[in-house]
Amino acid sequence: MTAVRCIDLCKTYRQGDQDIKALDHVNLDIESGGFVCLSAPSGGGKTTLLNAIGGLDSPDSGEVWIAGRRIDNLSKGELAQLRLTQIGFVFQAYNLIPVLSARENVEFVMQVQGVPAAERQDKSRAILKEVGLQGLEDRRPADMSGGQQQRVAVARAIVSRPELVLADEPTANLDSKTSDELMALFVELNEHHNTTFVIATHDQRVMSYARRLIRMLDGRIIDDIDQQAA
Amino acid sequence: MRFFAIISMLAWRNLWRNHRRTIVMLSAITIGVWAMIFMTALMRGMVNDMVRDGIRALPGHVQVHHPQYRDDPSVLNLIPTADSELTKVFSQAGLDGWASRVKVPGIISSERESRGVTLIGVDPALEKSLDALGSNIAAGRNLEGVDDGGVVIGRRLADKLDTELGKRIVLMSQDPDNEIADRGYRIVGLYEANLERYEESFVFAGKSTLQKMLGIEDQVSEVAVMAGDYRDLEGLTERVALLAGGDVEVLPWQQLNRYLGSMLKVMDGFVLVWMIVIFLALSFGLVNTLVMAVFERVREIGLMLALGMRPASILGQILVESSLLLIIGLVLGNALAWASVVPLQDGIDISAVAKGMEMFGASSILYPELELKDIVTANIVVLVLGFLASLSPAWRASRYEPIEAITKV
Ligand SMILES: Nc1ncnc2c1ncn2[C@@H]1O[C@H](COP(=O)(O)OP(=O)(O)OP(=O)(O)O)[C@@H](O)[C@H]1O
Ligand SMILES: [Mg+2]
Repeated sequence: MTAVRCIDLCKTYRQGDQDIKALDHVNLDIESGGFVCLSAPSGGGKTTLLNAIGGLDSPDSGEVWIAGRRIDNLSKGELAQLRLTQIGFVFQAYNLIPVLSARENVEFVMQVQGVPAAERQDKSRAILKEVGLQGLEDRRPADMSGGQQQRVAVARAIVSRPELVLADEPTANLDSKTSDELMALFVELNEHHNTTFVIATHDQRVMSYARRLIRMLDGRIIDDIDQQAA
Repeated sequence: MRFFAIISMLAWRNLWRNHRRTIVMLSAITIGVWAMIFMTALMRGMVNDMVRDGIRALPGHVQVHHPQYRDDPSVLNLIPTADSELTKVFSQAGLDGWASRVKVPGIISSERESRGVTLIGVDPALEKSLDALGSNIAAGRNLEGVDDGGVVIGRRLADKLDTELGKRIVLMSQDPDNEIADRGYRIVGLYEANLERYEESFVFAGKSTLQKMLGIEDQVSEVAVMAGDYRDLEGLTERVALLAGGDVEVLPWQQLNRYLGSMLKVMDGFVLVWMIVIFLALSFGLVNTLVMAVFERVREIGLMLALGMRPASILGQILVESSLLLIIGLVLGNALAWASVVPLQDGIDISAVAKGMEMFGASSILYPELELKDIVTANIVVLVLGFLASLSPAWRASRYEPIEAITKV
C-alpha cells in the first residue's frame, strides 16, 4: 500500500515582489513501511513538503493522499483528526508546550486522543527511557538542553505508534552518539511496527540510515535514490 | 468531556505563568467586586433607612382612608364605618399590628407662637404595635389612653413654639360644620424623631379627646395596618380591603408615598448600573490581560493545533483561564466585602456630612446592609460579563493557523 502520495504539488510564496517556488510540481510515492530521507539545502522546500503531507498547509495545486485517502481537500476538523490519530510530528522550529513537563508533553497527544491515564504513564515512561531521558521526566522544557528537548519531541511523535512519522531535522541539536541512538530507535519502530518515516535532514549520518534518499533543490525533486539496492 | 482535564490543567498553569500580571489582575477584580458589594451595602443601608423612617412617619404599611381623604385630609372625609365597628373587625383579624386614628390638619398655639401641624388622635395601646413616630419619648410620658387630656409633641416643635414640658397649648381645627373647634391641652411628653421635620409637624393627642373636640363621635380618618415585611404587601392590601368594607381607599405605603415607593425601585436599577459601570472599568484590564496572554502564546497554541487539538479546546482553554481568574477574584472580593461590612454593623456615624442629606430623608447613622440579592447580582454581573468579554480573545486564539505558529523562527 502507498502511505504517502503527492501528485503534482505546487506551492508558491511571495517575498516582496519575488515569487518563490517552495514546491515545484512535486510527484512522490512512499510505500507503507518506507524509511525516507529528504535532503536539500536550506530553503529547498523540505519543511514545506512535510507540512503539505501532514495536512498543516494546503498546496496551491496538486493532490496529497495519505493511506489511500485524499487529504488536501479535507476540512480543518478532519485534518486535525488525521494529524491526531495517524501522524507523529517532530517540528523543526518549535515543539514543546512550555508549561508542561517532559512527561506531560509526551502524553499530550495521547491525552487529547483520550488514552486512559495509567496507560499514558506507562507508555511515556518507557519511551522517555528509550530516548535516554530517564530521570528528567518532570523537567519543564526551559530546564532542558536543546538536545534533550528534541528527544522529548521525538518521544511524543512516536509514543502513540502512528502509521506515519514526519520528522523535520530531528537530530539538529544532537551529538553523534545520541543521533545514532535515535536513528536506531526509528529503524526499530520501522522494522517492527511497519511505521513509515519521512525525515528531512542535512545530516549525512541520518541519510545513511535511510533506505531511500530524496534530494530536492528549489522545490523540485532532483534525485530519488534507492539506497538498499546500492 | 474528556478534554476538560487537560484544558483546565493548561489553563491553571498558564494562569500562574506570569505571576505578576495575574496578581495585578486578581487584585483589580477583587477590589472591583468589593466596591460593588460594599458600596451597594452602604447605599442600601441609606435608602432602606430612609424608607423605614418614611413609613414610621406615615405610619402603617397599608392604610384605609375615605376615597377623598388624600386630596383633602379634613374632618369632612372620614371613614364612613364607625370606629367601634372597625375595632371589632380588625382586632379579630389576627394582624401583626393595626390602629385607627383621627388625623386632620390643625394649628397649635403656645403663649407666644402658632404653627400649622397635623393633629393625630391615637389609641396609645394600639399604636404600641406599630413602632410609630412619637413613641420615642425624650421627656415626660407617652399618652396613657384614648381620653388622655394631654398632648405629646416633638422636641423641636416645643422649641419653635418657645414652650416646654408641662406648659399648656391650644389645638385648633375645623369641625364638620366648618366651625372652629379648639381646646386647651397640657404638654405631657416630648418625642424625638430621626428627622427634624417630623418632630415639627406631628402632634399626638388621645383619640377620644380629639374626636370630642372635633365633634366627630366614633369616627376616624385612617386605619393603619402593619405587615411582617414592608416590601411585600400585595396579599395584605387585599385582605385589609375585605376587612374595611366598601367605599374606602386601601393603599400600601408605596402608593401613599410615591417618593419612597419609587426610591426602592430606582435603587434596584441604580445598583445594577453601578455594578456594570465598575465591571466595564474592570473589563478593559481583563480583556487586555487575555489578549496579551493569547498573543504571547501564538506558537504553543499553534503547536497544540498542529498536533491535532481542536480549536474548540483552545477556545475552552482560554475561557477556563479567564473563568479561574474571575472566580478567584470573586471569592476574594466577596470575602473582603463581607469582612468590611460586618465590623460596621453598629452603624457608621456620618453626622459630620449628614446635614445636607437630611433633605432627602436620610439619618445621620448609616447601617450598611448586605442583601443576598445584591451579592448574587454582583457575582453574576462579573461572571457573565467577564465570560462574554473573554470570548473575543479566546475566539481569536482558536483561529490561529498552526502553520504560522510552528514555522516562525
Ligand atoms: N511562510 C512563508 N512565507 C514566505 N516564504 C516562505 C514561507 N515558508 C517558506 N518560505 C520559502 O519557501 C522556500 C522553502 O522553504 P522551506 O522552509 O520549505 O525550506 P527548508 O528546506 O525546510 O529549509 P531549511 O533547511 O532552512 O529548514 C524558502 O525559500 C522559504 O524562504
Ligand atoms: Mg525546514
